[in-house]
Amino acid sequence: MRHLLGIRDLTTEDILRLYELADRFYEVLQQPTRKAPALAGTTVALLFFESSTRTKLSFELAAKRLGADVINFSAAGSSLSKGETLLDTALNILAMGVDAFIVRHHGVGTAHFLAANLPVPVINAGDGTHEHPTQALLDTYTLRRHFGRLEGLTLAIIGDIFHSRVALSHLHIAPKVGLRVRLCAPPTLIPPLWYNLGFPIYHRVSDAVKGADALLVLRMQKERQSYPPIASWEEYARFYQVRPEHLSGGQVLMHPGPINWGVELHPDFVHSKASRILDQVTYGVAIRMAVLYAILRQ
Amino acid sequence: MGEVVGSRYLGIYYLRWVQRIVAEGERIRLSLRRMAQQIIERRTPFALIGIEPRGIIVAQAIHKYIEMAVADKVHLGSLDITLWRDDLHQSTKLRVPRPAHLPFPIEGKSIWIIDDVLYTGRTVRAALDALREVGRPSEVRLAVLVERRGMRELPLAPDCVGFILDTHPSEKVIVRLEPVPVIKIELRQHEASLGD
Repeated sequence: MRHLLGIRDLTTEDILRLYELADRFYEVLQQPTRKAPALAGTTVALLFFESSTRTKLSFELAAKRLGADVINFSAAGSSLSKGETLLDTALNILAMGVDAFIVRHHGVGTAHFLAANLPVPVINAGDGTHEHPTQALLDTYTLRRHFGRLEGLTLAIIGDIFHSRVALSHLHIAPKVGLRVRLCAPPTLIPPLWYNLGFPIYHRVSDAVKGADALLVLRMQKERQSYPPIASWEEYARFYQVRPEHLSGGQVLMHPGPINWGVELHPDFVHSKASRILDQVTYGVAIRMAVLYAILRQ
Repeated sequence: MGEVVGSRYLGIYYLRWVQRIVAEGERIRLSLRRMAQQIIERRTPFALIGIEPRGIIVAQAIHKYIEMAVADKVHLGSLDITLWRDDLHQSTKLRVPRPAHLPFPIEGKSIWIIDDVLYTGRTVRAALDALREVGRPSEVRLAVLVERRGMRELPLAPDCVGFILDTHPSEKVIVRLEPVPVIKIELRQHEASLGD
C-alpha cells in the first residue's frame, strides 16, 4: 500500500491485514501509556480543506499514539485566500519535511491529484462525494468487533446516499469482505446509475431494516445539496428517520457523524444500548493507526 | 565444518547450506531444567514473558519445568516487540505485530524476559521499552537458551543462560524444541563455480 486513496484500490488481503493491525493497535490503546513508537521520526501533515471533528482528531491522535509528529493545516486563515494553489500549498508543506499527507477536500479526486504530484504517500480523508476509505474501514471493523465476523452480515445504509462518500466506500468494501449492503433513501437521494449495481434499494425504512444485522444511518448533507431533494426536513424525518421501533430485530446502529438529531435519527438513540456510534469513534483511532503504520512502515 | 544440507545453483554461484548441530535432545532438556531451577532460586513473586515468536516456545518449556518444581501456578505471558524495533524504518516489507498476551499485572513483580537466542541485544532493548508501556515491574531479568558470545551491540547481559556459543556474524543459530530439541548453527556459503 503506497497511498490510501479509496477502498476501490484495496484488495481483500489489504483490508484483512488492516483489521489485524487494528486489533493490535486497539490493544496498545488499552495499555496505560496508550503508545507504541512505531512511527517515531516521521512527520504527518493534515490538510483539511473541509470542516471535520472526528476524522481530523482521530488521525492526529492515531499519528501521535504511534510517535509521529503532526502538523495541521486548515484552509481558514491560510494563504489560500491570497491565491495560493492547492499544489503549491502541499509542495511548501512538503519542503518543510513531511512523510505523508492526509487530505480532506470538497473536490472529488483531490487526494488522487496530490498522490500523482507528490513524492510521498497520500491518505484520502474524504474527497467530496467520492470516497472516505477510513470511515468504511472503521465501520466494518466496528461490525467485525461486534459480531466477530463480517461474512454474511447485512448492512442497511439509510439516508442521503446521493451526497455520501461513505456510501460509495461501503459499496466498494462490501464485496471484498463478504458484507451484504442494501440502500434506503428517497428516490431523489439515490444516484440513478446505482439502481444497476445489484445492491437492493429500498424506499421505506421499515422494509430496509427487516432482516438486517446493522444500520448505517447517514446525515442529510444540506451543504452539498445544490437543489432541494426533499420538500422539507420535517417531511424527511417523518418518512426516513430511524426510530427505536426499527431496531426491534436487534439491529446494531451506526452513524459516521455528525448527527442531526431529530432528522435522520430519533433523539431517543442518544443513550441507546443498540448504538455503536461511540465505538465507531474509538475503533476509528485503531484503524487509522493501522493505515498510517501500513503506509509508512512497509 | 558440519554437513552440507542443501545446495542450489544460482548462475555462476553455488549456494550451499552447511549446518552443525550444537546440542540435541536430553542435553537441551537438562539445560532448560537448570535454567528453571536458577529462576526459581532468585526470588518471588515472579512471572515469565516470552518474546514473540520463538521466545515463546522456550518460555513454555521453562514454565513447564518451573511448575513441575514448585507445584504451583506461575504466570506466563508473551510480548511482541515489532512496534518497538529500532530498525522498523529500514524494513522493506510490512511487519504485522502479533497480539501480546499478558493476562496478569506486571506491577511490582520480578519479570523474566525469555528469548531463544541473544545476539545483538536489540530485541531485548525493544522488549524493555515495550514492557515499560505495560507497567513497572520491580525488576526485569533476562534468560536466553543460547547466548552468542561477543556479538552484543548494546550493553546488555543475560542473567540466565543455557548455552554459550562462539559464532561468526554470517552464521545463523537455529533453536527448535519440537518434536526433538535441537540447536544448530547454519551457514550459507557462496561458491563461485566457474567452469563447473
